[in-house]
Amino acid sequence: MAETVFARPTALAEVSTHYCPGCTHGVIHRLVAEIIDELGVRERTVGIAPVGCSVLAYNYFNVDFHEASHGRAPAVATGIKRARPDLVVFAYQGDGDLASIGMAEIVHCANRGEKVTVVFVNNAIYGMTGGQMAPTTMPGQVATTCQLGRDVELAGYPIRIAELISTLRTPAFVARATVHNPLVAVHAKEMLRRAFTCQVEGTCFSLVEILSTCPTNWGVPPVEATGWLEKNMLPYYPVGVFKTPQGGSREPKPLVV
Amino acid sequence: MKGSEAIGEAAVQAGCKLFFGYPITPQNEIPEYMSMRLPQIGGAFVQAESEVAASNMIYGAAGAGERVMTSSSSPGVSLMAEGISYLAGSELPVVIVNIMRAGPGLGGILPSQGDYFQATKGLAHGDFRVLVLAPWSIQEAADLVQDAFDLADYYRNPVMILGDGLIGQMMEPVEFSDDRKPIKDLQPKTWATTGCDGSRPTNIINSLFLDPEELEQHNIRLKAKYDRIVENEVRYAEDGTDGDFDILIVAYGTVARVCSTAIDELREAGRAVAMVRPISLFPFPYDAVREAALKANAVLVVELSAGQMIEDVRLALSGSRPIHFLNRMGGILVSPDEVIDKVNAILDGNSEEVHHG
Repeated sequence: MAETVFARPTALAEVSTHYCPGCTHGVIHRLVAEIIDELGVRERTVGIAPVGCSVLAYNYFNVDFHEASHGRAPAVATGIKRARPDLVVFAYQGDGDLASIGMAEIVHCANRGEKVTVVFVNNAIYGMTGGQMAPTTMPGQVATTCQLGRDVELAGYPIRIAELISTLRTPAFVARATVHNPLVAVHAKEMLRRAFTCQVEGTCFSLVEILSTCPTNWGVPPVEATGWLEKNMLPYYPVGVFKTPQGGSREPKPLVV
Repeated sequence: MKGSEAIGEAAVQAGCKLFFGYPITPQNEIPEYMSMRLPQIGGAFVQAESEVAASNMIYGAAGAGERVMTSSSSPGVSLMAEGISYLAGSELPVVIVNIMRAGPGLGGILPSQGDYFQATKGLAHGDFRVLVLAPWSIQEAADLVQDAFDLADYYRNPVMILGDGLIGQMMEPVEFSDDRKPIKDLQPKTWATTGCDGSRPTNIINSLFLDPEELEQHNIRLKAKYDRIVENEVRYAEDGTDGDFDILIVAYGTVARVCSTAIDELREAGRAVAMVRPISLFPFPYDAVREAALKANAVLVVELSAGQMIEDVRLALSGSRPIHFLNRMGGILVSPDEVIDKVNAILDGNSEEVHHG
C-alpha cells in the first residue's frame, strides 16, 4: 500500500489561487494551514483577510473568514477575539495594509496584547494596485510612484515592522522569517507554530513577518525573484526571533531603581 | 438616571456584551459607564486607538455573532464611516449612538442636529441605509436602544441612535422592564464566524463582489431590505393632530420637547397648533407628516441645523402647504419663546415661507 507523505492540509481549500507565478503567498498560505491542522484548531479558527493581493484569502482557507477593510484587520481581530475568546483568530496582512494605512491598528492591537496572531507578508511593494511604493520598499527600488527608485531623502527608509513591534513591552512573540527556499521555509513554519502556540496557550499577541516575492511588480523573472529577495531584502530585514514570552518580564518597572 | 448611563444600561439589559469606542465630548459618559459595567456581566470593553479602529472592532465582534455597540459624537462618527459602510455591506447588526455636536469640522461641543443628512442620507460610501432613531427623553432613549438591538439583529443592519448633548447629559427617571421580550422574531445567527466544525460550509463575512452581476444582485437584495424597513419601521409621535389646527410643527429629538412646551403656551393663548415628531428619521414618516399637514394652513419645521430635515418635509408635502423654518446653530438651542413668536408671526402673516433654489 502506498503511504501518503504529502497532501493538501485540511485547513487549505481545494481551489486554485489567483497569485502570480513566482509569488510566495501560496507557500505562506500552505504553512499557515499546516500549522492550523497540526495544532488541531481548525474547527475554532477564524481568519481575517486584508485588502491587497491576499484580499481573496477567504477563498483559499477552509476556515471561517472575515474580510477587513484596508489596514484594519487587527481591529477586526480584536472585535472577534473579545467577542469569542475561545476562537483562534489570525489576521493575514500585506505591507501596504499593515505598515502604511494600518499602522495604528497593528501597533495598538499588539500593545493591548490582544490574544491574536498576525501573519505579516512583506514583499516591499504594493502588489494588487500595480506596483506603487510601500513603506517597506527598499532604498533605490523602482516602483510606479518612485520611478527613479525610492529616494530616502523624500520617502525615508523602509520600516522594519518586526523590530518596531518588538520595542513594545506587551507582545509575546515577534519574529521574521522568509520562504524563498525550502530550508528557510521550514524555519518560517516553526515561527508560525510558535506564534500560533502563543495564542492557543493564551499567552499574548504574536506576529510573524514573512518576506515574500513579487516578481510581477519588482520587474524580475519569477526564477530570479528569490535571488532578488536574498540580495536586496535579507540584509535589511534580518530573519530571526525578536521577542519571546520568556524574553523579558512584562511587569511594570519601578520609576526609580 | 443620566442619559448617557441610561443608554449604557439599556444596552446591557438588551444583551449587549461588547463596547468599542474612542473618547469624544459630549458622550464620554457612555464608554465610561460601559468600561465599568460590561466586565460585571462577563463582557468586554475596549478603548480603541481611534474611531476608525472602533468601527472595525464592532465589525469583527458583530461578525462573531455577539451584540455590540459603540457611541461617538459627530467628528468621531465621520471617522466611523468606513466601518459603517462595511457593516452595511456585510449585513452585520450593530448599534451606534451618535450624540451630535455642532460642526462642521471640529465645530463645538454643544447640541446640534447638523448630522441629520449624514445619518439619514450619506453615512459613508456606497448604496446603503441605516435605521436612525431619535429619542426626545431619557426613557425613550433607553427604550429605543433596546429596540435598536432587536431591529439590528432582525434586519442584519446597523441601527443608529441619533441624539444630542441634552439627551446625554439630562437626568430623568428611567424604568427598565424585568421581562422585556424582543420586538422581533429573531433567528439564530447561523451566518456568524464562530469556527467551522464541518457541519456547515465555512462562513465568510464579506462585502467584496468583483463580479458586477453578483454585486448588482447584492445591491438589489439590500434595497429590498431597506424597502421592508421603510414599510414596517416608521415611528413617530403626534400631538393634537386629531383636532383642528392652523399650524403643524415638525421637529425631532430634544427640539421637539422645546416645541412641546411652546405648544402648551400657544394653546393657552388660543392658538391651534399640532405637532408630528419623527422618531425614526430613516425611515422618515412621510405619510404622517403629509396627512397632518393637509389639515393645517402652514407647516413650521424647527431644527438645530441650517435646514436638513426640512428637505424630507418638503418631499412629504410636495408643495401642498407653505413651509416656514426656525432654527439655531452652533450649539445654541431654540427657546420656547422663539417657537411661540414664530408661530404667531406665521399666523399674523409676518413670516416668510422658505424657498429653496
